[in-house]
Amino acid sequence: MTRDPVALAPLTVGVVLAMAVVTYLTKAGGLWVLGRVTLPDRAERALDALPGAVVVSILAPAVVTADPPTWLAAGVVVLVARRTGNVLVALLLGVGAVLLFRGLL
Amino acid sequence: MTAAPADDAPDVQFGWAGVRDGYLRCVPVALGVAGYGVVFGVLAREAGLSVAEATLMSATVLAGAAQLIAVELWADPVPVATVVGTVLVVNLRYVLMGAALRPWFRRLSPRQAYASVFFTADENWALTMGELRSGGRQGAFLLGSGLAIWSFWVVATVVGATAGGVVGDPARYGLDFALTAVFLTIAVELWDGRSTVVPWGTAAAVAVLTEAFLPGRWYVLCGAFAGALTVVVRRDA
Repeated sequence: MTRDPVALAPLTVGVVLAMAVVTYLTKAGGLWVLGRVTLPDRAERALDALPGAVVVSILAPAVVTADPPTWLAAGVVVLVARRTGNVLVALLLGVGAVLLFRGLL
Repeated sequence: MTAAPADDAPDVQFGWAGVRDGYLRCVPVALGVAGYGVVFGVLAREAGLSVAEATLMSATVLAGAAQLIAVELWADPVPVATVVGTVLVVNLRYVLMGAALRPWFRRLSPRQAYASVFFTADENWALTMGELRSGGRQGAFLLGSGLAIWSFWVVATVVGATAGGVVGDPARYGLDFALTAVFLTIAVELWDGRSTVVPWGTAAAVAVLTEAFLPGRWYVLCGAFAGALTVVVRRDA
Protein backbone atom coordinates (compact mmCIF):
# COMPACT_ATOMS: atom_id res chain seq x y z
CA MET A 1 0.00 0.00 0.00
CA THR A 2 1.51 3.32 -1.00
CA ARG A 3 0.21 6.25 0.97
CA ASP A 4 1.12 9.89 0.96
CA PRO A 5 3.88 10.13 3.63
CA VAL A 6 2.29 13.21 5.21
CA ALA A 7 -1.28 11.91 5.12
CA LEU A 8 -3.16 12.27 8.41
CA ALA A 9 -6.39 10.28 8.29
CA PRO A 10 -8.85 11.65 10.89
CA LEU A 11 -9.69 8.19 12.26
CA THR A 12 -6.01 7.28 12.59
CA VAL A 13 -5.23 10.55 14.36
CA GLY A 14 -8.16 9.90 16.68
CA VAL A 15 -6.95 6.39 17.55
CA VAL A 16 -3.38 7.63 18.07
CA LEU A 17 -4.56 10.40 20.40
CA ALA A 18 -6.75 7.92 22.32
CA MET A 19 -3.64 5.72 22.71
CA ALA A 20 -1.73 8.77 23.94
CA VAL A 21 -4.42 9.62 26.50
CA VAL A 22 -4.68 6.11 28.00
CA THR A 23 -0.89 5.84 28.08
CA TYR A 24 -0.55 9.17 29.89
CA LEU A 25 -3.24 8.11 32.37
CA THR A 26 -1.19 5.03 33.26
CA LYS A 27 2.01 7.09 33.60
CA ALA A 28 0.36 9.72 35.80
CA GLY A 29 -1.93 7.23 37.56
CA GLY A 30 0.81 5.87 39.79
CA LEU A 31 1.54 9.32 41.18
CA TRP A 32 -2.09 10.22 41.60
CA VAL A 33 -4.04 7.13 42.64
CA LEU A 34 -1.38 5.39 44.68
CA GLY A 35 -1.09 8.41 46.93
CA ARG A 36 -4.68 7.72 47.97
CA VAL A 37 -5.06 3.94 47.98
CA THR A 38 -2.64 1.11 48.61
CA LEU A 39 -2.57 -1.56 45.95
CA PRO A 40 -2.72 -5.15 47.27
CA ASP A 41 0.39 -7.19 46.63
CA ARG A 42 -1.47 -9.56 44.31
CA ALA A 43 -2.70 -6.70 42.14
CA GLU A 44 0.86 -5.40 41.83
CA ARG A 45 2.08 -8.80 40.70
CA ALA A 46 -0.75 -9.02 38.17
CA LEU A 47 0.07 -5.59 36.69
CA ASP A 48 3.68 -6.66 36.52
CA ALA A 49 2.79 -9.87 34.67
CA LEU A 50 0.52 -8.23 32.09
CA PRO A 51 3.05 -7.05 29.46
CA GLY A 52 4.65 -10.50 29.17
CA ALA A 53 1.23 -12.15 29.05
CA VAL A 54 0.11 -9.81 26.24
CA VAL A 55 3.25 -10.46 24.19
CA VAL A 56 2.91 -14.24 24.63
CA SER A 57 -0.78 -14.06 23.69
CA ILE A 58 0.11 -12.27 20.47
CA LEU A 59 2.90 -14.71 19.66
CA ALA A 60 1.32 -18.06 20.53
CA PRO A 61 -1.40 -18.35 17.86
CA ALA A 62 0.90 -16.82 15.23
CA VAL A 63 3.71 -19.26 15.98
CA VAL A 64 1.44 -22.31 16.31
CA THR A 65 -0.06 -21.73 12.86
CA ALA A 66 3.25 -20.81 11.21
CA ASP A 67 5.50 -22.88 8.90
CA PRO A 68 8.82 -24.67 9.66
CA PRO A 69 11.04 -21.80 8.37
CA THR A 70 9.29 -19.44 10.82
CA TRP A 71 9.75 -21.89 13.72
CA LEU A 72 13.45 -22.27 12.99
CA ALA A 73 13.97 -18.53 12.61
CA ALA A 74 12.04 -17.95 15.85
CA GLY A 75 14.49 -20.31 17.54
CA VAL A 76 17.39 -18.28 16.15
CA VAL A 77 15.89 -15.02 17.48
CA VAL A 78 15.34 -16.41 20.99
CA LEU A 79 18.82 -17.95 21.11
CA VAL A 80 20.61 -14.81 19.91
CA ALA A 81 18.54 -12.53 22.16
CA ARG A 82 19.37 -14.68 25.20
CA ARG A 83 23.05 -14.95 24.37
CA THR A 84 23.76 -11.37 23.33
CA GLY A 85 20.95 -9.39 24.95
CA ASN A 86 21.06 -7.26 21.80
CA VAL A 87 17.63 -6.73 20.25
CA LEU A 88 18.86 -5.41 16.91
CA VAL A 89 21.37 -8.21 16.33
CA ALA A 90 18.70 -10.79 17.20
CA LEU A 91 16.29 -9.08 14.84
CA LEU A 92 18.69 -8.91 11.90
CA LEU A 93 19.87 -12.51 12.31
CA GLY A 94 16.25 -13.66 12.67
CA VAL A 95 15.14 -11.95 9.48
CA GLY A 96 18.22 -13.34 7.71
CA ALA A 97 17.42 -16.80 9.05
CA VAL A 98 13.81 -16.73 7.86
CA LEU A 99 14.96 -15.82 4.34
CA LEU A 100 17.60 -18.57 4.41
CA PHE A 101 15.24 -21.27 5.70
CA ARG A 102 12.54 -20.28 3.22
CA GLY A 103 15.07 -20.74 0.45
CA LEU A 104 16.26 -24.09 1.77
CA LEU A 105 13.03 -25.76 2.92
CA MET B 1 -1.50 8.23 55.60
CA THR B 2 1.65 8.51 57.68
CA ALA B 3 4.05 11.39 57.36
CA ALA B 4 7.48 10.20 56.30
CA PRO B 5 10.34 10.83 58.75
CA ALA B 6 12.65 13.66 57.84
CA ASP B 7 15.48 11.47 56.52
CA ASP B 8 12.95 9.67 54.36
CA ALA B 9 11.79 12.85 52.61
CA PRO B 10 14.57 13.71 50.19
CA ASP B 11 15.23 17.36 49.50
CA VAL B 12 14.68 17.26 45.74
CA GLN B 13 15.59 20.12 43.40
CA PHE B 14 14.01 20.77 40.01
CA GLY B 15 16.06 22.77 37.53
CA TRP B 16 17.94 22.99 34.26
CA ALA B 17 20.99 21.25 35.68
CA GLY B 18 18.86 18.16 36.29
CA VAL B 19 17.36 18.30 32.80
CA ARG B 20 20.82 18.59 31.26
CA ASP B 21 22.37 15.83 33.39
CA GLY B 22 19.45 13.52 32.70
CA TYR B 23 19.62 14.16 28.98
CA LEU B 24 23.38 13.60 28.70
CA ARG B 25 23.40 10.51 30.91
CA CYS B 26 20.60 9.00 28.83
CA VAL B 27 22.09 9.59 25.37
CA PRO B 28 23.88 6.19 25.17
CA VAL B 29 20.64 4.46 26.17
CA ALA B 30 18.67 6.61 23.74
CA LEU B 31 20.92 5.48 20.89
CA GLY B 32 19.81 1.91 21.54
CA VAL B 33 16.20 3.08 21.68
CA ALA B 34 16.73 4.78 18.31
CA GLY B 35 17.62 1.46 16.66
CA TYR B 36 14.34 0.11 17.94
CA GLY B 37 12.56 3.26 16.72
CA VAL B 38 13.76 2.70 13.16
CA VAL B 39 12.30 -0.81 13.31
CA PHE B 40 9.03 0.62 14.64
CA GLY B 41 8.92 3.15 11.79
CA VAL B 42 9.44 0.49 9.11
CA LEU B 43 6.79 -1.80 10.61
CA ALA B 44 4.30 1.04 11.12
CA ARG B 45 4.62 1.99 7.45
CA GLU B 46 4.18 -1.63 6.46
CA ALA B 47 0.99 -1.76 8.55
CA GLY B 48 -0.42 1.14 6.50
CA LEU B 49 0.39 4.20 8.61
CA SER B 50 1.87 7.25 6.91
CA VAL B 51 5.16 8.81 8.02
CA ALA B 52 3.21 11.63 9.68
CA GLU B 53 0.87 9.22 11.50
CA ALA B 54 3.71 7.02 12.76
CA THR B 55 5.61 10.10 13.94
CA LEU B 56 2.55 11.50 15.68
CA MET B 57 2.19 8.18 17.51
CA SER B 58 5.81 8.19 18.67
CA ALA B 59 5.64 11.82 19.78
CA THR B 60 2.39 11.53 21.76
CA VAL B 61 2.33 7.93 23.03
CA LEU B 62 6.03 7.32 23.75
CA ALA B 63 5.72 3.65 24.74
CA GLY B 64 7.73 1.23 22.61
CA ALA B 65 6.08 -2.11 23.33
CA ALA B 66 2.55 -0.65 23.21
CA GLN B 67 3.22 1.07 19.88
CA LEU B 68 4.57 -2.12 18.32
CA ILE B 69 1.54 -4.02 19.59
CA ALA B 70 -0.78 -1.35 18.14
CA VAL B 71 0.94 -1.74 14.78
CA GLU B 72 0.57 -5.52 14.99
CA LEU B 73 -3.18 -5.14 15.67
CA TRP B 74 -3.62 -2.42 13.01
CA ALA B 75 -5.95 -3.37 10.15
CA ASP B 76 -8.28 -1.75 7.68
CA PRO B 77 -10.68 -0.69 9.20
CA VAL B 78 -8.81 -0.03 12.45
CA PRO B 79 -10.17 -2.16 15.34
CA VAL B 80 -10.35 0.89 17.63
CA ALA B 81 -11.48 -0.82 20.85
CA THR B 82 -8.96 -3.65 20.51
CA VAL B 83 -6.05 -1.31 19.80
CA VAL B 84 -6.78 1.21 22.56
CA GLY B 85 -7.78 -1.48 25.08
CA THR B 86 -4.63 -3.53 24.48
CA VAL B 87 -2.43 -0.44 24.71
CA LEU B 88 -4.03 0.35 28.06
CA VAL B 89 -3.46 -3.18 29.37
CA VAL B 90 0.16 -3.31 28.23
CA ASN B 91 0.86 0.06 29.84
CA LEU B 92 -0.80 -0.64 33.19
CA ARG B 93 2.66 -1.44 34.56
CA TYR B 94 3.44 2.30 34.32
CA VAL B 95 1.11 2.75 37.30
CA LEU B 96 3.64 0.85 39.41
CA MET B 97 6.56 2.72 37.91
CA GLY B 98 4.92 6.08 38.64
CA ALA B 99 4.18 4.95 42.20
CA ALA B 100 7.86 4.13 42.71
CA LEU B 101 8.71 7.77 41.92
CA ARG B 102 6.42 9.15 44.63
CA PRO B 103 8.93 9.55 47.49
CA TRP B 104 10.83 12.07 45.37
CA PHE B 105 8.10 13.45 43.16
CA ARG B 106 5.81 14.57 45.98
CA ARG B 107 8.44 17.24 46.65
CA LEU B 108 7.84 18.74 43.19
CA SER B 109 5.01 21.03 42.19
CA PRO B 110 2.10 19.16 40.55
CA ARG B 111 2.97 20.80 37.22
CA GLN B 112 6.59 19.63 37.36
CA ALA B 113 5.60 16.12 38.42
CA TYR B 114 2.74 15.59 35.98
CA ALA B 115 4.67 17.04 33.04
CA SER B 116 7.68 14.87 33.86
CA VAL B 117 5.77 11.57 33.96
CA PHE B 118 4.69 12.01 30.34
CA PHE B 119 8.33 11.27 29.49
CA THR B 120 8.39 7.98 31.40
CA ALA B 121 9.73 5.11 29.31
CA ASP B 122 11.14 1.83 30.63
CA GLU B 123 14.76 2.77 29.94
CA ASN B 124 14.91 6.26 31.43
CA TRP B 125 12.67 5.29 34.35
CA ALA B 126 15.21 2.64 35.33
CA LEU B 127 18.04 5.15 34.93
CA THR B 128 16.19 7.74 37.04
CA MET B 129 15.34 5.28 39.81
CA GLY B 130 18.99 4.27 40.00
CA GLU B 131 20.02 7.91 40.22
CA LEU B 132 17.47 8.84 42.90
CA ARG B 133 17.97 5.71 45.00
CA SER B 134 21.71 6.28 45.11
CA GLY B 135 21.11 9.70 46.62
CA GLY B 136 20.54 11.89 43.56
CA ARG B 137 18.52 15.01 44.31
CA GLN B 138 17.67 16.13 40.79
CA GLY B 139 13.90 15.98 40.40
CA ALA B 140 14.24 16.96 36.73
CA PHE B 141 16.34 13.88 35.90
CA LEU B 142 13.30 11.94 34.63
CA LEU B 143 12.31 14.87 32.41
CA GLY B 144 15.84 15.29 31.02
CA SER B 145 16.44 11.60 30.38
CA GLY B 146 12.92 11.31 28.97
CA LEU B 147 13.60 14.16 26.54
CA ALA B 148 16.63 12.20 25.30
CA ILE B 149 14.49 9.09 24.74
CA TRP B 150 11.69 11.16 23.17
CA SER B 151 13.92 13.05 20.71
CA PHE B 152 15.81 9.94 19.53
CA TRP B 153 12.60 7.90 19.35
CA VAL B 154 10.76 10.48 17.24
CA VAL B 155 13.65 11.08 14.82
CA ALA B 156 14.23 7.33 14.47
CA THR B 157 10.54 6.83 13.68
CA VAL B 158 10.74 9.39 10.86
CA VAL B 159 13.84 7.64 9.48
CA GLY B 160 12.30 4.17 9.71
CA ALA B 161 8.92 5.17 8.30
CA THR B 162 10.54 6.99 5.40
CA ALA B 163 12.79 4.01 4.63
CA GLY B 164 9.84 1.62 5.06
CA GLY B 165 7.97 3.43 2.32
CA VAL B 166 10.50 2.46 -0.35
CA VAL B 167 10.44 -1.27 0.50
CA GLY B 168 8.26 -3.14 -1.97
CA ASP B 169 7.03 -6.62 -1.06
CA PRO B 170 7.79 -7.07 2.68
CA ALA B 171 8.08 -10.88 2.39
CA ARG B 172 10.96 -10.55 -0.06
CA TYR B 173 13.11 -9.09 2.70
CA GLY B 174 11.74 -11.27 5.47
CA LEU B 175 10.06 -8.17 6.94
CA ASP B 176 6.81 -10.06 7.42
CA PHE B 177 8.72 -11.97 10.11
CA ALA B 178 10.24 -8.86 11.73
CA LEU B 179 7.28 -8.08 14.00
CA THR B 180 7.22 -11.68 15.29
CA ALA B 181 10.97 -11.37 15.89
CA VAL B 182 10.50 -8.09 17.80
CA PHE B 183 7.93 -9.68 20.11
CA LEU B 184 10.20 -12.68 20.65
CA THR B 185 13.02 -10.39 21.79
CA ILE B 186 10.62 -8.50 24.10
CA ALA B 187 9.52 -11.86 25.54
CA VAL B 188 13.15 -12.87 26.16
CA GLU B 189 13.70 -9.59 28.02
CA LEU B 190 10.57 -10.06 30.12
CA TRP B 191 11.36 -13.71 30.92
CA ASP B 192 11.84 -13.98 34.66
CA GLY B 193 12.76 -17.63 35.17
CA ARG B 194 10.45 -20.29 36.53
CA SER B 195 7.89 -17.87 37.96
CA THR B 196 7.05 -16.92 34.36
CA VAL B 197 6.20 -20.48 33.25
CA VAL B 198 2.65 -20.68 34.62
CA PRO B 199 1.36 -17.22 33.54
CA TRP B 200 2.95 -17.49 30.10
CA GLY B 201 1.85 -21.10 29.55
CA THR B 202 -1.70 -20.16 30.52
CA ALA B 203 -1.66 -17.05 28.34
CA ALA B 204 -0.42 -19.05 25.34
CA ALA B 205 -2.96 -21.85 25.76
CA VAL B 206 -5.92 -19.48 26.26
CA ALA B 207 -4.81 -17.29 23.34
CA VAL B 208 -4.54 -20.25 20.95
CA LEU B 209 -7.94 -21.60 22.05
CA THR B 210 -9.83 -18.29 21.93
CA GLU B 211 -8.24 -17.39 18.61
CA ALA B 212 -9.96 -20.44 17.18
CA PHE B 213 -13.39 -19.45 18.55
CA LEU B 214 -13.54 -15.65 18.83
CA PRO B 215 -13.47 -13.25 15.89
CA GLY B 216 -10.89 -10.46 15.59
CA ARG B 217 -8.04 -10.02 18.02
CA TRP B 218 -9.84 -10.51 21.33
CA TYR B 219 -7.65 -13.53 21.98
CA VAL B 220 -4.81 -11.15 22.90
CA LEU B 221 -6.70 -9.71 25.88
CA CYS B 222 -8.25 -13.08 26.82
CA GLY B 223 -4.82 -14.71 26.94
CA ALA B 224 -3.26 -11.77 28.78
CA PHE B 225 -5.92 -11.65 31.51
CA ALA B 226 -5.85 -15.43 31.95
CA GLY B 227 -2.07 -15.31 32.35
CA ALA B 228 -2.15 -12.42 34.83
CA LEU B 229 -4.96 -14.13 36.77
CA THR B 230 -2.72 -17.12 37.53
CA VAL B 231 -0.38 -14.74 39.36
CA VAL B 232 -3.27 -13.40 41.45
CA VAL B 233 -4.64 -16.78 42.55
CA ARG B 234 -1.27 -18.36 43.25
CA ARG B 235 -1.00 -19.15 46.96
CA ASP B 236 2.76 -19.13 47.46
CA ALA B 237 5.10 -16.07 47.16
